[in-house]
Amino acid sequence: MAKPRTLFEKIWDAHLVDVQEDGTCLLYIDRHLVHEVTSPQAFEGLKVAGRKVRRPELVLAVADHNVPTTDRSKGIADPESRIQVETLEANCRDFGVPYFPMDDIRQGVVHIVGPEQGFTLPGATIVCGDSHTSTHGAFGALAFGIGTSEVEHVLATQTLVQKPAKAMLIRVDGALPAGVGAKDIVLAVVGRIGTAGGTGFVVEFAGEAIRALSMEGRMTVCNMTIEAGARAGLIAPDETTFAYLAGRPQAPKGATWEAAVSYWKTLKTDEGAHFDAEVVIDAASLVPMVTWGTSPEDVLPITASVPSPADFADENKRSAVERSLDYMGLTPGTPLREVKIDRVFIGSCTNGRIEDLRAAAALAKGRKVAAGVGAMVVPGSGLVKEQAEAEGLREIFLEAGFEWREPGCSMCLAMNADRLEPGERCASTSNRNFEGRQGRGGRTHLVGPEMAVAAAVTGRLADVRELLK
Amino acid sequence: MDKFTVLTGVAAPLAIVNIDTDMLIPKQFLKTIKRTGLGKNLFDEMRYTQDGKEVADFVLNQPAWRQAKILVAGKNFGCGSSREHAPWALLDFGIRCVIAPSFADIFYNNCFKNGILPIALPQDQVDLLMDDARKGANAQMTIDLAAQTIKRPDGGTIAFDVDPFRKHCLLEGLDDIGLTLRKAAAIDGFEARLRQSMPWVG
Repeated sequence: MAKPRTLFEKIWDAHLVDVQEDGTCLLYIDRHLVHEVTSPQAFEGLKVAGRKVRRPELVLAVADHNVPTTDRSKGIADPESRIQVETLEANCRDFGVPYFPMDDIRQGVVHIVGPEQGFTLPGATIVCGDSHTSTHGAFGALAFGIGTSEVEHVLATQTLVQKPAKAMLIRVDGALPAGVGAKDIVLAVVGRIGTAGGTGFVVEFAGEAIRALSMEGRMTVCNMTIEAGARAGLIAPDETTFAYLAGRPQAPKGATWEAAVSYWKTLKTDEGAHFDAEVVIDAASLVPMVTWGTSPEDVLPITASVPSPADFADENKRSAVERSLDYMGLTPGTPLREVKIDRVFIGSCTNGRIEDLRAAAALAKGRKVAAGVGAMVVPGSGLVKEQAEAEGLREIFLEAGFEWREPGCSMCLAMNADRLEPGERCASTSNRNFEGRQGRGGRTHLVGPEMAVAAAVTGRLADVRELLK
Repeated sequence: MDKFTVLTGVAAPLAIVNIDTDMLIPKQFLKTIKRTGLGKNLFDEMRYTQDGKEVADFVLNQPAWRQAKILVAGKNFGCGSSREHAPWALLDFGIRCVIAPSFADIFYNNCFKNGILPIALPQDQVDLLMDDARKGANAQMTIDLAAQTIKRPDGGTIAFDVDPFRKHCLLEGLDDIGLTLRKAAAIDGFEARLRQSMPWVG
């Protein structure tokens, strides 16, 4: 009998073009997503060397980081942002790469667009010059972020030079309590294993609580796997996956679809396959989570208080906590539920999908954003926006006092005009609470979409479960 | 890519864990369409005040380390965004070697593509080098990639590990794409098989 293999090994083995004597592998890449920030130097490199894009039809490009989320009819005001987007357009034209322009309804955050179009498929190898490419692992695809030199390498050769990763299993057993969602699972994971806990690993998520998640929830979990340092996150495809993909514009059709599904059904870890590390989490023990510091591992249940540097045994971590608390303007011992906020951001490749907006709107309905709080909702794509508007979510948000914006990365990283002012404190559904991430001096608390609404309507970090009562 | 053989220079101490790529080069500098010119904005928010003045006590603003060629830092260096602007900014500043207890994967990869050598060492050895680095301009280190050694200012040496293939590429300054294109026949063959076995991939 063949040696039992993990899902990761199955996908890896199916994409090996060449293995050198020292174990260095040449891996075939099935899908390549491209955005404006990490691609210009790669296309320039191709031009200088006189190289072509080997398989332009396997590439999909879209501008997301620099695009304004306000009226776009006059284009992009910031000249540097405009040049970067125009450079992407020109490169796609010159190299024959499919591109969704800013005024196309399919435009949006690259990690929302790929799945939505059925460009993302189970069993595929998917890369993008963006660390949150791990998102696509929700489909049972091996998906990871790469640098610009590697973007150029994939454009030119449709392959990547790689070494195998170690395999980690994270099993989330049982059912999630009310008010606890996918974001809380992944924040708890990052808190448990740390931001470097997954370094060198590909993480497979399994267990009842993961199986019960929608594709949107699974994408949220895999999206933030990179925040635990892992190269990629993976969830074996199942009926939920196939139902999501069926009929998507770029998903296979007819007999090819049938053949694909029967192959995809083999994409699961074999009984007895070896994992280098295993983590088990009891879903029933989870509560809504919120970050307090400047690393995603600085996370606690909303019921907790701001920690003290003295709580940490490791000297390096202690000095990091001191630095974090100083930056965040927080005093040890303060209950997290008493921390007042100025801004709320709902969106990003982590939580900008239709299900996120539905959950947020359901809680926002009939409530009002607290006085003095600025709250915005940025749909992840034009299609998410259209869907949300068809369902009446726009009215609910506007009625509650949220702004309703055009799709893009927006205040997740503040490359466009959406950003925090120094000292402003934000409850954000994005993925990183690094110093300056949402604007110089801005203070980020990462939460799930319902927790963001709870913060918006109370004006402080709040326990969503109290609003659900 | 420039070869990396032997590097002698001053090392800047930056004893912070989880230095992320947003710290290395904040987003407002990612709007460039070039690889060069980012050195002046390396560690921008730690290095300059809001109105653009140098923060006097930041290590790279101090006379001893303005010409640093090596950086010694805390664990999980380079975590976060995949932006290759981070190694581009280091390189443009003049830093060709980063020593830390551990690195984030994508950043680690990106270094090798740009002629930068990331060296991971146990914490106690990094602590020794951090102390050396704090001595400033009179305490030069020498990194010898071929020998895989770091020569400390007191003459002692510390050995380090590096992947043999990456070492070879760095020593020779090899272009990855050129190497892969030599395997074009294998890629063609793989694609032909893939079209048969998984036609939905395309």
